[in-house]
Amino acid sequence: MRREPPQKLADYGPLVFPAGMLIVFFVVPFATMIAVSFFRRDPAGFYTPDFVFDNYARFLSLFFGKVLGFSLFLAIAVAICCVVLAVPFTYLLARTRRKTQVLWLVALLSVLSLSEVIIGFAWSTLFSRTAGITNLFVALGLMSEAVALNPSFGAVLTAMVYQALPYTVLVLYPALVRLDPTLTEAARTLGASPLRAFFTVVVPALRNTILATLIMVFIFALGSYLLPQILGRPQHWTLSVLITDQAIYQSNMPFAAAMAVFLVLVTLALVALTVYAGRKGEAA
Amino acid sequence: MNTFLQRCYFALFGLFLAMPLIVVAGVSVNEKQTLAFPPQGFSLSWYGEIFANPEWRSALIASLTLAALSAALALIIALPLAWFLWRRHAPWANVFQLLGIAPFTLPPVITALGFLTFWATTGFYGQPATAVISHAIFFVTLPLVTLSLGFSSIDRSLVEAAATMGADDRTVFRTVVLPLIRPYLVSGYAFAFVLSLNEYIVAYMTVGFTLETLPIKIFNALRYGYTPTMASVTILFVVVAATIFGLVARFGDLPKLLGAMSSRE
Repeated sequence: MRREPPQKLADYGPLVFPAGMLIVFFVVPFATMIAVSFFRRDPAGFYTPDFVFDNYARFLSLFFGKVLGFSLFLAIAVAICCVVLAVPFTYLLARTRRKTQVLWLVALLSVLSLSEVIIGFAWSTLFSRTAGITNLFVALGLMSEAVALNPSFGAVLTAMVYQALPYTVLVLYPALVRLDPTLTEAARTLGASPLRAFFTVVVPALRNTILATLIMVFIFALGSYLLPQILGRPQHWTLSVLITDQAIYQSNMPFAAAMAVFLVLVTLALVALTVYAGRKGEAA
Repeated sequence: MNTFLQRCYFALFGLFLAMPLIVVAGVSVNEKQTLAFPPQGFSLSWYGEIFANPEWRSALIASLTLAALSAALALIIALPLAWFLWRRHAPWANVFQLLGIAPFTLPPVITALGFLTFWATTGFYGQPATAVISHAIFFVTLPLVTLSLGFSSIDRSLVEAAATMGADDRTVFRTVVLPLIRPYLVSGYAFAFVLSLNEYIVAYMTVGFTLETLPIKIFNALRYGYTPTMASVTILFVVVAATIFGLVARFGDLPKLLGAMSSRE
């Protein structure tokens, strides 16, 4: 059967429901949010329609600059940690037996699907004084007494790496499975050690994939909103936390919407970069 | 030597992924209401608590209902769209595929805020149905991706053969296409179901003040102190996710679903 362009009006039939749903419940809400970002806040209700730039003007404060800077820094740190840990792992995983691969994929998917609430709770337990990992160090004689490790920057970073690591592996997985095995074989035949072959052949061959993955993990980490709240101090709050806080607790929806629009612009710019990197990778 | 290093790396990787869950599993069997590890005493009563305590039970029921309905709706949205994109040559229709993938690609807080402003503006804010629709749109990406993959793996000559024998589009769909994509339908539903079960921010921003799903309940409980039921619910969630993905792997081709081509191709 050839794919043919729709000829009769009825041929468009299957498209009606999905298109309608996506337009009404995604495009319209998105447009509403953009509109609201120009509205004025109404302390009694949600907002009053208007057309002001006040909400965007608030970005020009030192406080906002600090939050934005920290959010970007945190997301970059998470992305780098995840890619450094995941590239060798995924490379090795793609070369194991199929059964081993499936087992790991199930485990990774299970961790990936875990709610941020659950990840936050699990790590706060692991970092706690009474049930935490420091008790193990005490038992091993490495520490004299158990301490609480959160709230701290390290706790936020560790939990966010935990959250993003399965995602990183699954993003890298297709590219690494398709990687031509003869590449490394050739390097090995020419006398390179496995490590040397990995760094001089595999990593350069995957340069664009790695770059695209970095950006995707970066976007993923930008979306983290609960872990900084559960495991960090207020100075570790990210833009996502601030948006939730303004929308729900300060009931300032216009300002929250303006921040969200800003976050979309940052994300879209990065997605464009990913696509560009991907195109270049295919051409090469 | 090399395989030894590899084993070590895999083991450390696995340990990092499992460590928080091991501690939570230990905490969940404490006899008394204390946060202690290794556990003091052994008791499964905190697992019973999920079903016995009316608050946790209603949160569990709310979450399961939300996940079941929203995953079904996501599937109903994704199936005709994926079918149309496969059956017809209409490049402009790819816009809808992009729209289907966008909510999941953007940071979730944005999609959540979009829904919040939308439901608040239209006056439906807080109604349970809004959470079902919001989750269905948020997770429509998953069945859309698995189904697109499913359709692309169908041999078009099969469909052609059926059409030559006089089957119309509807018959072809029912007798040829549907059986071939069934595994992808199931896995798309499974992915959307598990993720909806665990989703917090969209649910919170749409029905957070009227309906408590399990993630919302855990977060609220976390703010007012500690109860071991949080630990037992966590383990329950991990087991449910692992079971569902295990089943998907058992009856489908998980590596292929996740983007790897099977070795024979």
